[in-house]
Amino acid sequence: MSFNLDSKIPAGDLSQKWDKHKFDSKLINPANKRKFHIIVVGTGLAGGSAAATLAELGYNVSAFCIQDTPRRAHSIAAQGGINAAKNYPNDGDSVKRLFYDTIKGGDYRAREANVYRLAQVSNNIIDQMVSQGVPFAREYGGYLDNRSFGGAQVSRTFYARGQTGQQLLLGAYSGMMKMVAKGKIKMYNRREMMDLVVVKGKARGIIVRNLITGELERYAADAVLLCTGGYGNVFYLSTNAKASNASAAWRCHKRGAGFANPCFTQIHPTCIPVHGDYQSKLTLMSESLRNDGRVWVPKKQGDNRKPEDIPDEERDYYLERVYPSFGNLAPRDVSSRQAKFRCDEGLGVGPTKQAVYLDFRDAIKRDGLETIAGRYGNLFEMYERITGDNPYKTPMMIYPAVHYTMGGLWVDYNLMSTVPGLHVLGEANFSDHGANRLGASALMQGLADGYFVIPNTLGHYLASTPLEKITTEASEFKDAEEAVRIQTNKLLGIKGKRTVDDIHRSLGHFMWNEVGMSRNEAGLKKAIDGIRKLKEEFWNNVNVPGGTGDFNIELHKATRVADFLELGELMALDALERNESCGGHFREEYQTADNEAKRDDENFAHAAVWEYTGPNSSPIRHKEELKFENVQLATRSYK
Amino acid sequence: MSSENMTLNLKIWRQKNAKTEGTFVDYKVDHVSPDMSFLEMIDVLNEKLVAKGEDPIAFDHDCREGICGMCSMMIDGKAHGGFKNTTTCQVHMRLYKDGDTIVIEPFRAQAFPIVKDLAVDRGAIDKVMMAGGYVTANTGNAPDGNAILIPKPIADEAMDAAACIGCGACVASCPNGSGMLFMGAKISQLALLPQGQPESPKRALNMVQTHDTLGFGNCTNHAECEATCPKGISIEHIARMNREYLKAAFTYHEKKRSEGGA
Repeated sequence: MSFNLDSKIPAGDLSQKWDKHKFDSKLINPANKRKFHIIVVGTGLAGGSAAATLAELGYNVSAFCIQDTPRRAHSIAAQGGINAAKNYPNDGDSVKRLFYDTIKGGDYRAREANVYRLAQVSNNIIDQMVSQGVPFAREYGGYLDNRSFGGAQVSRTFYARGQTGQQLLLGAYSGMMKMVAKGKIKMYNRREMMDLVVVKGKARGIIVRNLITGELERYAADAVLLCTGGYGNVFYLSTNAKASNASAAWRCHKRGAGFANPCFTQIHPTCIPVHGDYQSKLTLMSESLRNDGRVWVPKKQGDNRKPEDIPDEERDYYLERVYPSFGNLAPRDVSSRQAKFRCDEGLGVGPTKQAVYLDFRDAIKRDGLETIAGRYGNLFEMYERITGDNPYKTPMMIYPAVHYTMGGLWVDYNLMSTVPGLHVLGEANFSDHGANRLGASALMQGLADGYFVIPNTLGHYLASTPLEKITTEASEFKDAEEAVRIQTNKLLGIKGKRTVDDIHRSLGHFMWNEVGMSRNEAGLKKAIDGIRKLKEEFWNNVNVPGGTGDFNIELHKATRVADFLELGELMALDALERNESCGGHFREEYQTADNEAKRDDENFAHAAVWEYTGPNSSPIRHKEELKFENVQLATRSYK
Repeated sequence: MSSENMTLNLKIWRQKNAKTEGTFVDYKVDHVSPDMSFLEMIDVLNEKLVAKGEDPIAFDHDCREGICGMCSMMIDGKAHGGFKNTTTCQVHMRLYKDGDTIVIEPFRAQAFPIVKDLAVDRGAIDKVMMAGGYVTANTGNAPDGNAILIPKPIADEAMDAAACIGCGACVASCPNGSGMLFMGAKISQLALLPQGQPESPKRALNMVQTHDTLGFGNCTNHAECEATCPKGISIEHIARMNREYLKAAFTYHEKKRSEGGA
C-alpha cells in the first residue's frame, strides 16, 4: 500500500482535540510568514475565506478563479442558510448536538473528530460574518433570527433572505478585496487549473489556462490549496453552475491525491423538474420551503385533476405518513428516495409524471399570505419565472436533482491530501458529511475550513517541512505544461461529429439512470461499460472547433468532460464495491423491509480511498477505517 | 401567447476580441420551446454552429438561476431584456412569440471592454470594491453575533442593498455608463449597519474617487439603472451614498500619525 492514510486525529477527549492540536502545532512568526507563498485555487466560500485569512496573517497569496470575479463562485447559489450551534432559540442545541446530528445525518460515514471541530467553529463563523456586515435576518429586537432545516429538531439555521450563500460569499469576497488592495493577495481571474505540479513529492505549483487568451501559465508556491467545489456536473444536469467542474481535483488525483468515496452524491429533494432535452441545468428550491410546505402526491394513479381540486383525503402526504417525527423535514437522501418511490409507483404528477407537489395552501391559511411571502417571496417569484406557475395559488412541482458531492479528495485532520503540501478545502474534500450532507451544512463547512482550520494547520506544515527554493523553470513545470498542451492539441485535432455537450449528456444519462438515486450491481456494471465506450467515442469523435489562441468556450468544456468521463467511471466502480446502502448511496440489494438504507458497519465503516495507477490500469481501493468512540452506531431513524 | 414551437430571428453581435471591430450577424433558430430559458435558446444555436464547424457565440453565464451575476447581454436594447427583477438566464422564451426578431448585444460601457462576442470584462467592479467595499474585520476579532443588535427594519434595508449581484446592468443601462447604483448599494449597506460605521467616511470618499477614474460616468438621475436592476435595487441607495460622500467630504480628514512605540 503506497498511500499513507494516517488521519492524524489528535489523541484525547473529543471536545479537547482541536484545542490541543492547535497548541501542539508549530507556529511561524509574523515576519517569517511573508516569506511564504500560497496558491489558492477556487474562490468560493472555502477559497475566499482561506485566501483572505492567510493574507491577513501575512502570507503572500495568489488566488485563481474561473469566473470574471471571485464574487461569482457557486457558493453564491446556496439559498437557505448556514447552521451553527449558538442555541439562541433556547431549544436544546449545543456543539455536541450539532456534531451528533451531522454524524447521524451522514449515516455514520464521517470522521468524528472532523465533525466535532466543524460544530465547534460553527459559532465563530456566525460571529465573523456578522462582523463583516453580512445582513443576516433579525428579529424585531435586533437579535439574529433562526429557522429549521432537515435532519434536525432544533432551529439552528441562520439566513439572509433566500440569499444566504450570496451574502456569505460577498462577505468572504469583501475580505479578499481588502487584501487584494493591500497587495497581499494577487488575484487571477478567468483562469482554469489544468494540472498540479509536484516537485520532489510535494505540491509546489499549478499550470493554468488563461481562458481569455488561451495561454498556459505556470505558478509556483510553497503550498497549494484546492478549493474548487464538487463534481455534481458529472451528471450533466445538476443544480451546479455551468462552470463547476471536477478537473482541478481530478488532475490532482492523477498526480497522487487519493479520491475518497466518489460515489457519495447528494440528490436534493426539492428541485424544479426536468422539462426538455434542451435543458442545461436544474434549479433548486430551498430546503427551507419544507418548513412550511407539505409534500404530497395523489393517492390514486392517473388522477389528472388540478391539485387544488384534489381533496385532502385523496392526498398522500407521504413524508408525514412515513416519518411522523420529522415529517416534511426528513433529511435530503430520505426525502429524495421517497419521491422516487412515489413516482416509480406511478403516482408522480405533471406532464412527465416525474414530480411531486410541494404545497403551501395550509401554511398560507395558517400564517397569512403576507407572512409566507415574507419568508419565501423571492423563491416563489423564481419558481414562477421558470415554470410560469404561481405557487401562492397552485402547489409547486418538484423532483430530486443532483446537488452536492460528499465524496472528494481524501484529507487528514489538517486538510492535507495524500500529496504533501496539497490541501483541500470545502466541497472538494471528503471529510465532514459522510454519506449524506444535512441542509445548511455546506456553507458551514466551507467557511470552517477556510477561516478557522487551514490558517492553523497550514502554518504547522510550512514550519515543519523543508521547502527548497524553486522556480517555474523547473523541469516538472515544463513537463506538466507540455502534457496539457499535448492534450489540448489532441482535442482540437479530432474534429469528429458529436459536440461536447452531446457526449456530456450521454454521460449524464448513464450517471443518472445507473449511478443516481438508486443503484444495483447490474446497472453499475452497465454504466462502467457504457462510460468506457463513451470515453472511446469522445476521444475519436468529438468536435471541438477553434484553436488555442483565444476565448474558446468549446475547448474549456471539452477538457472538463474528458475528466468527467474518467471520474464517472470511478464513481460507478466505487458504488459497485460498496456493498451496503448508506445515506445517499442506495444499493437496491441492501435495504430494509420498509425500503430504508441498510448499512453494513462490520465491513464498510470506512472511507474508500482510490489511488490512480495510470490510464490503462485499474485504480486501487484503500481504506481508512472510521472509529466511532463517542456516538453509538445505530440505524438511522427519522420516524 | 407563445406557441409550442417557435422560430426566431436573432441579430447577434459578433466580435472576435477587444482589438477587432464587431458586427451584427443574423441567425434563425427554430424549434424553440416556450419553456426554454434565453440562454438555452442560445445553447441550441451554438450546438448547431459547432456541428457546422463554426465558432459558437461566446457569452458569460454560470449559475443560471439568477444569482451569480455572470450573465449579461443587452436584449432588444435593454440590459437582461428589461423584464422586472430578472437576469438574462431567467428570461424564458414564453415571453416571446413565433417569428419575433431579437437583437442581442454585449453590455456596452466605457468601463466594460468587450472580451469576445457578448462577453465583457467587468473587472472595474472589483476595483471599486477594493477601494472600500468591506468592513475591516480580520478573522478572529469578532464579538458574539448577538452583541451587535440591529433593528429589523435596518437589517432589512441593508439586505435590500446587499442583494446586488454585481452584474453591471446598471452601468450598461445608464446613458452615462455610471456605476453609482452598484457602488451606492455597497456604501449604503455598510452605512446602514453599525459594523460599517468606523470606515464609513473613508469608504465613501475612496470608492467614489476610484469609480470616477475607471471610466464610469456620473449619475444624472435617469433611473434607468433601477428599472433594469435584476435585484430591484432602488436609487435611494445612490442618494444615501451622496449623503455619505458629502458628509465625509466636509468632515473627514485623516491625520498621518506615527504608530511606533517603546
